[in-house]
Amino acid sequence: MTRRQLWLRFIAHLDLPLLLGIGLLMLVSLLVLYSADNASWGQPLKQMLNIAVALTCMWLIANLPLHYLMRTAVPVYMLGMALLIGVALFGEISHGARRWLNLGIVTIQPSELMKIGIPLMMAWYFEKHEATLTLKNYFVAALLLLMPVALIVRQPDLGTSILISASGFYVLFLAGLSWRVMGGLFVAALASAPVLWSMLHDYQRHRILMLFDPSQDALGKGYHTIQATIAVGSGGLLGKGYLNGTQTHLEFLPERTTDFIFAVYSEEFGLLGNLILLGIYLFVIGRGFVITANASTYFTRLMAGSITLTFATYAFVNMGMVSGILPVVGVPLPLVSYGGTSMLTLLLGFGMLMSIETHKKLVKT
Amino acid sequence: MIKHVELKNHQREIFYFRLRLFISIGFVLALLAILLSRFIYLQVVRHDYYQTLSDGNRISVVPIVPNRGLMLDRNGVVLAHNYSGYTLEITPSKTANLEATINELSTLVEITPKDRKRFNKLLAERRNFETLMIRNRLTDEEVARFAAQQYRFPGVEIKARLFRDYPYGEKTAHLIGYVGRINQTDVALLEENDLAANYRGSDYIGKTGLEQSYESELHGTTGVEQVEVDSGGRAVRMLSRTPPVSGNTLVLSIDAKLQEIAFQSFGNYRGALVAIDPNNGEVLAFVSKPGYDPSLFIDGIDTQSWDELNNSPDTPLNNRALRGQYPPGSTIKPFMALAGLHYNTRSPGHTIGDPGYFNLPGSSHQYRDWKKDGHGSVDMFKSIVVSCDTYYYGLANELGIDNIFNYLSRFGFGKKTGLDLEGETSGLLPSQEWKMRRYRQKWYPGDTVSVGIGQGYNLATPMQLAYATATLANNGAGYRPHLVREVRSSRSDENRMVEPRPQAGLQIAPTHLDLVKRAMIAVTQPGGTAVQAAAGAPYQIAGKTGTAQVIAIKQGEKYDASKIDERHRDHAWFIAFAPAEKPRIALVVLAENGGHGSSTAAPIARKVLDYYLIGKIPQPLPDIIVGESEEHD
Repeated sequence: MTRRQLWLRFIAHLDLPLLLGIGLLMLVSLLVLYSADNASWGQPLKQMLNIAVALTCMWLIANLPLHYLMRTAVPVYMLGMALLIGVALFGEISHGARRWLNLGIVTIQPSELMKIGIPLMMAWYFEKHEATLTLKNYFVAALLLLMPVALIVRQPDLGTSILISASGFYVLFLAGLSWRVMGGLFVAALASAPVLWSMLHDYQRHRILMLFDPSQDALGKGYHTIQATIAVGSGGLLGKGYLNGTQTHLEFLPERTTDFIFAVYSEEFGLLGNLILLGIYLFVIGRGFVITANASTYFTRLMAGSITLTFATYAFVNMGMVSGILPVVGVPLPLVSYGGTSMLTLLLGFGMLMSIETHKKLVKT
Repeated sequence: MIKHVELKNHQREIFYFRLRLFISIGFVLALLAILLSRFIYLQVVRHDYYQTLSDGNRISVVPIVPNRGLMLDRNGVVLAHNYSGYTLEITPSKTANLEATINELSTLVEITPKDRKRFNKLLAERRNFETLMIRNRLTDEEVARFAAQQYRFPGVEIKARLFRDYPYGEKTAHLIGYVGRINQTDVALLEENDLAANYRGSDYIGKTGLEQSYESELHGTTGVEQVEVDSGGRAVRMLSRTPPVSGNTLVLSIDAKLQEIAFQSFGNYRGALVAIDPNNGEVLAFVSKPGYDPSLFIDGIDTQSWDELNNSPDTPLNNRALRGQYPPGSTIKPFMALAGLHYNTRSPGHTIGDPGYFNLPGSSHQYRDWKKDGHGSVDMFKSIVVSCDTYYYGLANELGIDNIFNYLSRFGFGKKTGLDLEGETSGLLPSQEWKMRRYRQKWYPGDTVSVGIGQGYNLATPMQLAYATATLANNGAGYRPHLVREVRSSRSDENRMVEPRPQAGLQIAPTHLDLVKRAMIAVTQPGGTAVQAAAGAPYQIAGKTGTAQVIAIKQGEKYDASKIDERHRDHAWFIAFAPAEKPRIALVVLAENGGHGSSTAAPIARKVLDYYLIGKIPQPLPDIIVGESEEHD
């Protein structure tokens, strides 16, 4: 085999447009981290390591044929459930929530695994019952979603459980859950809200209200929102220029390398920068939709659609929270925020998208 | 045919799927449009507004620290309060060269090396946006001198702050505790409990004692001021203000004067005293001696003072009343007597002949009575009055460890009393199960014998013994002891009284109670072990002396105080309640290495009872000389 052939085989299962989009976002990540970390290489270097690990895993998944991918659904889901139950029983408490499981060598957060595990399981389930889908099947699929979500809500991790619910809902939606049922559920949710509200403790209500009115909690989470909004707004059309964000460098911005990294970007690059970033996201999401539309089996369609929509949701929720239109829930900006775990989960998803795109010809024959 | 239908279904399915996909695309585009319009709103429409906030003027969110709640005694005497003083503070992020600034400052106000050390420590563990104290308790003159020169020091300012003060100092140190600067551990704990926001701006947190256990009541709610500040850090105008809510005031059940008298009555002795109102569980005095000066800890203790406190053989930091575990000695006898009556192991009239020792059937090992030749014929009444050991060796042996464990645990031995202070220890009430767990050994009859006189494995804290005494005084109806009787809110409509909390009732037959109480009264009358201490009291005292061995005495050897190093001398106990017929106070006194309960512990108790019951204030004490005495307990 020549070198060229080797290279071609190496990239055979990579989707180049998607890779381009992802690469651009990673580049933005390193650039902004350098600024957010006060022009030091500490965090960018660590992020590079995160990226390298995640890209390797993505490549492996992309090369995994689809029937293997499908076969992992049940074990991954079961493992995730077991770990979640483990967390509920023996989990470590940190910041008032029980989310981590200490396995001796590593500490893991099983809800991260379920971000992939739940859509995978649901898509697998629909594929299995494809020929004879009835309302009962949707009900079972919804149950597959709600069991782990209930465990995550209890931890409590409201942000993650909402996002995981969304990714599961996308599978249900794409699988053709009838509009009437969705409408019914929506009405039921609205109707039960006052009842749930009356069941909450005063302090829980206070916390929910605080989410929607940051000035109520100007010393706590509200402070983040207030300062982030100032950063974004003062960025203006063209931004204050790279490394010149005053909010960032005067340390007004909290969590500026993780959940609030978008504020740093937005302050320094302004509306123009935001347009470019939105453009890159749109490009990645668009490519995801194309892959979804071309996917050859029911399972891959559902999976690809859910991954793409979930990615879009993450981006929207993070930017919405930083710019002050959504409550502060702990969601990183996908592929840009500092963090190994979220980088890994996202790229596992993209690995699946690539596998779906590059293995479809084999399935068709 | 069937195939045809499936194929059609498949195509329809693809169609429906694509439809849903298009809806999804629309959904995503809508989300992006929302974001885009928000960005345009913030970055174009409102840009000027945010630009103004960001450059030149910035919004600063300033926490307003609430005043910490006070602590008062039951009569309103202040035990913990705040006073205001001036501090000199630096905001490191606004100060270009810290070292140079501090050097320059030291020409205006005195800055000691200790101040610098503390500042560097604060700098290392600072939280963002905060000012750090370089000097506290500035004099008016220093304030004036600095104010005139302030323009030279951007980022340095004078602040009026409140300092915590404990007027009773070491006398209430183990009770009130102290506040200290919030450190990393505290921060982690606050974050875990989601309280970090309420502590922004707070420098102090309760570290021990009531300051710690009532932290959530005392701290109050932090207020917020949103102000615009210019680039020099000066406030330009206030945007909004939420006032802080002061912490609640704690009214203790402690009587400060009684506490003081109790503390001083110890003279040179180390020890503990706990006095409880048996009718409701209110703690009237809570002394652990020696105390320490709590104010040393508030702004971080210096190494030298710390070493002195920490390495002192007197262990002043040890809360003896709450955490000291000692063999209860003979003070256990009234409770053992009740157990004997309860299980019908002894009738009141049952008499033994005491030869001065006890041995288990078939064993030659002698368990000796404190009185070498024995007390002659002894019934239950006399056994308490003269504190006959032989009587209780036999009683314990016949009761068996299981009955002893069951009965004594009802008086609270072996478990925490639930006092509202952190760190209480549970003493030790031994059982077969405990010994197996602890030593992997079965229980031997010999173990039971020494438990009968409160030695052996037995351990009790002064707090526990006080609770047991109060429960006995109140005829078996115990109340959970507590130090705080009222929580007063800054809004007077929210004051809360702490209700007495009855513990599970203990049914004691009136005849049994009567016998034991009469015997305890006789203890303080001629012929009893505590007669001298009670002489001339215009009320009746029911009491029991006790001695806790510090070192074991070999078979055939005699305890001789004069030959033993002072710190190896026995601990002296005295438990009492008075007036005996209708008790208003129950107390326990422990004098470490005090020798005999009758000569050291009981006189301390007498002074406390005299003040509480008849308002008599003791004359200044001559220094108690630790000496020998012929009498025993």
